[in-house]
Amino acid sequence: MVLKVFFPSCCSSADSGILIGRWISEQNSAVILAVVHFPFIPVQVKQYLGEVQRVTKVSVSVLGSWSNSKQEKEESLSEFLEDLGTIFCHEPWIQISKEGDSKFWSCSILQKHSKKPQEEEIILVYYDQRKVMLSHLHPPLDTAGQGAEDASKLSAIFDTVARSQVLFMTDRYDEGPIKLTHWQSDGVEASIIVELLKQASVPACMLLTFLLSLLSGICRSRVLKFWPLSFLWSKLSTCEQLGHRLQHLQVVSSNKKAPNQNQLMRKANIFVSLLIDVALGILLMSWLYRKNRIGHLADTLIPVADHVAEELQDLLQWLMGAPAGLKMNRALDQVLGRFFLYHIHLWISYIHLLSPFIEMILWYVGLSACLGLTVALCILSDIIALLTFHIYCFYVYGARLYCLKIYGLSSLWRLFRGKKWNVLRQRVDSCSYDLDQLFIGTLLFTILLFLLPTTALYYLVFTLLRLLVVIVQGLIHLLVDLIDSLPLYSLILRLCRSYRLAAGVKFRVLEQQDGKPLRLLMQINPLSYGGVVQTYRLPTYSCYPRDSWASLCKKLFLGELIYPWKHKGDKQN
Amino acid sequence: MAEERRFLSASGVPIALRRRQHSASCRELAVRGPRLQLRSLSAATSAVWLAAYGLFALCENSMVLSAAIFVTLIGLIIYLHFVKIDQESLLVIGSLGIQVTSAYASGKESTTFIEMGQVKDVVINEAIHMQKVIYYLCILLQDPEDPQGVSEVVPLFQSSKPRLDCLIEVYKSCQEILEQRKTAPQSS
Repeated sequence: MVLKVFFPSCCSSADSGILIGRWISEQNSAVILAVVHFPFIPVQVKQYLGEVQRVTKVSVSVLGSWSNSKQEKEESLSEFLEDLGTIFCHEPWIQISKEGDSKFWSCSILQKHSKKPQEEEIILVYYDQRKVMLSHLHPPLDTAGQGAEDASKLSAIFDTVARSQVLFMTDRYDEGPIKLTHWQSDGVEASIIVELLKQASVPACMLLTFLLSLLSGICRSRVLKFWPLSFLWSKLSTCEQLGHRLQHLQVVSSNKKAPNQNQLMRKANIFVSLLIDVALGILLMSWLYRKNRIGHLADTLIPVADHVAEELQDLLQWLMGAPAGLKMNRALDQVLGRFFLYHIHLWISYIHLLSPFIEMILWYVGLSACLGLTVALCILSDIIALLTFHIYCFYVYGARLYCLKIYGLSSLWRLFRGKKWNVLRQRVDSCSYDLDQLFIGTLLFTILLFLLPTTALYYLVFTLLRLLVVIVQGLIHLLVDLIDSLPLYSLILRLCRSYRLAAGVKFRVLEQQDGKPLRLLMQINPLSYGGVVQTYRLPTYSCYPRDSWASLCKKLFLGELIYPWKHKGDKQN
Repeated sequence: MAEERRFLSASGVPIALRRRQHSASCRELAVRGPRLQLRSLSAATSAVWLAAYGLFALCENSMVLSAAIFVTLIGLIIYLHFVKIDQESLLVIGSLGIQVTSAYASGKESTTFIEMGQVKDVVINEAIHMQKVIYYLCILLQDPEDPQGVSEVVPLFQSSKPRLDCLIEVYKSCQEILEQRKTAPQSS
């Protein structure tokens, strides 16, 4: 059976000593964590290891001996090292020795109770201790629910190094009885700025939590729950977005430390996303308010609304004539056309009533862009919805009329054939009608059938306009969702410190020499950018598409009202 | 100990198989495809630039020419970095696992390491590709729940597509190492 020794590359130039680490017997591999130098007292070493084991819950023990002789091999040292094997009894006892500056080390194993005296092959795997300690292994999703005996043996190695952090806290300047060499033995590094930020963040978090609790208390108060206001809040997407961001702020400002890696990354992602959002929002705001661009915007708003209304009026005049050469029913045409024209007239009057206040309203509303770019985009989407409210009304009227007509036609068609819809059994049954019922039914059927093209045309035109508005709003919401859910911190981490997010490992075969063990270098294989986005995506409050294309077309054909964008809190119908 | 042999790929392009034995339980098998030919590169560039000159002659806008140069450069970089695979290699380390590497023409390497516990077997499969039947080598991954089942099939050498003779060599090398794990006594 092959024996694998995982040796930290920082210990390659360490002085002679004994190797401590963890022996994983199921995999026949030894993970070496540090080298303890001479002189040491064996009892103290065992005590120290016992303490480390208690704190880290990793079974650290003495695995073997390491000899780094600058000159030729010292015979007495090798005997001494073998004798050490009797003091710290460990099965098998690994002996690694390096001569001078040679890259090729000799590695041998001592088996005291060897029942099988065959030569075991040894593989020496070098690993970068700091990177393996900081790295987080991302298992593929289907094996995430495995038990302790799962197929990933590498996670055991990563786990061992990550949990032994307390072992790496003693450096060579410590006045202890044990002298260790590991990646931090030249001195534990820390940054003053990071420590200051940590100290400052505690009161900042407490203040933020207090403010947020006040704010959410106000939002939840009974005053804002009355019927017209609550309906308004649910329809405006700005309020949803603000609520979503408030939730995010609450997550970020909580004082509890994140329990595991995923929660920590989530908090960091939310924090960076909020920061970038607010920065972009302030940038937008400064651009809007410089040179009074917002005033110009307000000035062009009314003419644009007027222009849209005029275009609609032209469209209706066209429909009232002979649109595309089709011949419409004159009376119904005039009724519908005049009805919609009156609506537009009302709408224009309301807009003109509001026109002196538009600039001021827009100026104050534009200030809320400092809350974030997403809020500004949501406000834009809401403004579009409000400005095209008449198109929405026309769509609803046209759809309802068309829907009624279709239902009437289908029911009378069944009467025509002598059938009836059985509501109790939810199926079509045959039914014998009286003569007068048949007569009136046929008359109504004919009337509805010949009025169908007119209604259908109005419905078609207004549905297309409504879909146009919905597509524009949908694009804006897509952008908002993108900014909301993109895990920016994880992406930047993948760019700058790619070893922190590991998808696996990769091995590189180093120079070999016959008779010496196989030398491999284990490096971290970082997660791909697509994998990072998929793993750390922030959840958003909307999910779409609501209907598949087939059901959407069916709804359009039958005249049912469509709401293509669904929010997570909505009930399914 | 390295040796190199020439074979043909499924589309008739010459490829080279290089075998290296690093130790008794470690082997590296690399299949190298042909390098980017100057001929095809000049042909593609000339075609794009001729089309650009034609457009320029029609619309007298010099932006077309700069756009063509830009497109050629970006297209070449994307091709070398994401599309053209120079070498695909398989590193089999008994008792550790199998590592599959693809080296692109720009020097980028994309690696996947599969642990030995997950590997059920390495086999040669047949596939119907357009109008041909081709052979390909693949790694069968063990299903954790079902010891007889296969959870995933990982195809190897997908861009160089060696023919059966080359695949048999690779297969024999892999199986020699995979057999060692069956004969070696399992430690408790």
